[in-house]
Amino acid sequence: MLNEPIKTVTARSFVIRDANVDTDQIIPARFLTTTERGALAEACFHDWRFTPDGEQTDHPLNTVNREEQRILIAGDNFGCGSSREHAPWALRDFGVEAVITSRAADIFKSNALKNGLVVCEIDEAAHAALLDREDLEITVDVVNQTVTAGNITASFKLDPFARTCLIEGVDPLGYILNQSDAIARFEQETAA
Amino acid sequence: MTTPSPSETSPKTLFEKVWDAHLIQPETDAAPALVYIDLHLIHEVTSPQAFTALEQRGLKVRRPDRVYGTLDHSTPTTPRAPGSKPIYINAAAKKQVETLEDNCRRHGIRLAGWDSPERGIVHVIGPELGLTQPGMTIVCGDSHTSTHGAFGALAFGIGTTEVGHVLATQSLLQSKPRTMRVTVDGRLPHGVGGKDLILAIIAELGAGGASGHVIEYAGEAIEALSMEERMTVCNMSIEAGARAGMIAPDATTFAWLDGRKHAPKGAAWEAAKARWASLKSDPDARFDAEVRLDGSKLAPMVTWGDSPDMAAPIDASVPRAPEGPAAEALNYMGFKAGEALMGETIDAVFVGSCTNARLSDLREAAAVIAGRHVKPGVRMLVVPGSEEVKRQAEAEGLDAIFRTAGAEWREPGCSMCIAMNGDSGRSGERIVSTSNRNFAGRQGRGVRTILASPATAAASAIAGAIADPRRILEASHAQ
Repeated sequence: MLNEPIKTVTARSFVIRDANVDTDQIIPARFLTTTERGALAEACFHDWRFTPDGEQTDHPLNTVNREEQRILIAGDNFGCGSSREHAPWALRDFGVEAVITSRAADIFKSNALKNGLVVCEIDEAAHAALLDREDLEITVDVVNQTVTAGNITASFKLDPFARTCLIEGVDPLGYILNQSDAIARFEQETAA
Repeated sequence: MTTPSPSETSPKTLFEKVWDAHLIQPETDAAPALVYIDLHLIHEVTSPQAFTALEQRGLKVRRPDRVYGTLDHSTPTTPRAPGSKPIYINAAAKKQVETLEDNCRRHGIRLAGWDSPERGIVHVIGPELGLTQPGMTIVCGDSHTSTHGAFGALAFGIGTTEVGHVLATQSLLQSKPRTMRVTVDGRLPHGVGGKDLILAIIAELGAGGASGHVIEYAGEAIEALSMEERMTVCNMSIEAGARAGMIAPDATTFAWLDGRKHAPKGAAWEAAKARWASLKSDPDARFDAEVRLDGSKLAPMVTWGDSPDMAAPIDASVPRAPEGPAAEALNYMGFKAGEALMGETIDAVFVGSCTNARLSDLREAAAVIAGRHVKPGVRMLVVPGSEEVKRQAEAEGLDAIFRTAGAEWREPGCSMCIAMNGDSGRSGERIVSTSNRNFAGRQGRGVRTILASPATAAASAIAGAIADPRRILEASHAQ
């Protein structure tokens, strides 16, 4: 079973400057009662984008062109908090294909990469430069692990397996299932 | 990315011992390590799509005997008569619970369902039932799985895709995390407990300060902690960004586990204890990072902002000249720069969550509030962590103490910690909460959360303002 390979993402960007943006901001917990996938675009940053009455706020996220601006430049420690995979699901449903930050929270990063959401952790200087510019044309090159925006270039490092999964569309579960004999052996040897 | 494999004789950390014992395949240049998972805990919120993914591929659950489910996040905590049906916040919550009931039935997975005396918050019942044991690998689709590390287990939260991986293969691809030791010297002063300690540690490390690391908590203050306090400390490791938190098992651990339903019995118990006694970092083991704190200098801690690392001693003031995130946080909380924390008015108090809803937590809050009353106009919810905690608390009369004081005594569940079951505050309200996250909107849209210990929460309920529990405890003592 293969996923859609992702070798590059080229799109315009939008910025969320704040550090420590947690998963409760990305998707408030009351939207976690879903048992399905693919309908969380409205839930994405819901309480930043909508008033309690459901009207749009004046938050800059409401001016994002979701068709075009598919790369999010985010502040440090993005995605901290809960392990809810609904956070990358919501970002994907909103239209985001890559998040560029100086540091992403561990579980968020792991979840994102399993959902075709590329997470690029770049050096602080380049990050600071990108945070200051709205709506740039950016190319994320997953193969060479670079981010290019005009004259700004930065590199990022993905876990090699996560990178392979992205660029070749490898499904990690298929990979683990191929190790079934080793798992069975481990269970026998440890009497697990 | 290849880590040189240490020889059998080289000193190892506690984490490395547990990690190495579960390696099906070590990390290579091309792939992360494949790690065997001993115990997989599941709940209704992060599992439905994982079961769907399995079924779409025609896969079975590999080891249903190593999976245990409970209902906690979406479940109502409103008091109900025995045998009566729970009333959910909405149809989606009901469907989510029914989906887990159905999935467990079809895959032969044990479920602590509505009629089970074992039901409760996933991180409360694992230890309570003795499912959680030293040296195990434990995962759950929940970031506070780090709680179980208090027993010397390697326990961490995973996403729903990985829940599917573990259901199908009982194993997980993992890059080896780095190690950090947080050593707490001295003894905690009277009136200062595990919750205060972990808030102080998070303030020291920062919200992302332990990213990519597994923390081992060590030192005199840690060794002196009760098992429940150790769980509170490990529980909030994630609030410093850590992958997991661990504490070496010792006599306290063994005493707590002895006789629990799933703990080994008889000769197996003695053998297990001998095995578990080796689960500690070797004297010369090297950690990637070391942090030291003096526990004897700590005071009760509360948070003043919207990130758990924005914490301060209760007798301190909020920042005097805040900039950036600190200024925004004070604005969100409705605090003025430089104000003293004590005396800040509050609207509600929540005693509960996987951080602080065990029997000892309820006893701690009850000791403060006994014979006193919740300030009129302040709402206080006490939500036991499990059916078992509830039964024991009621047997001791704690429920009566809380009710008499004017608090609500509720059914077990995650409740107002994650506020997805209908238990939430109103916009603008300040809530002193024994839970783990003070993120904006966590306890309801616009709600302002102040994290604190059960004792501080109870003292604050009485005062209707942030209050130091030591004063009440001293007054009680003097009487």
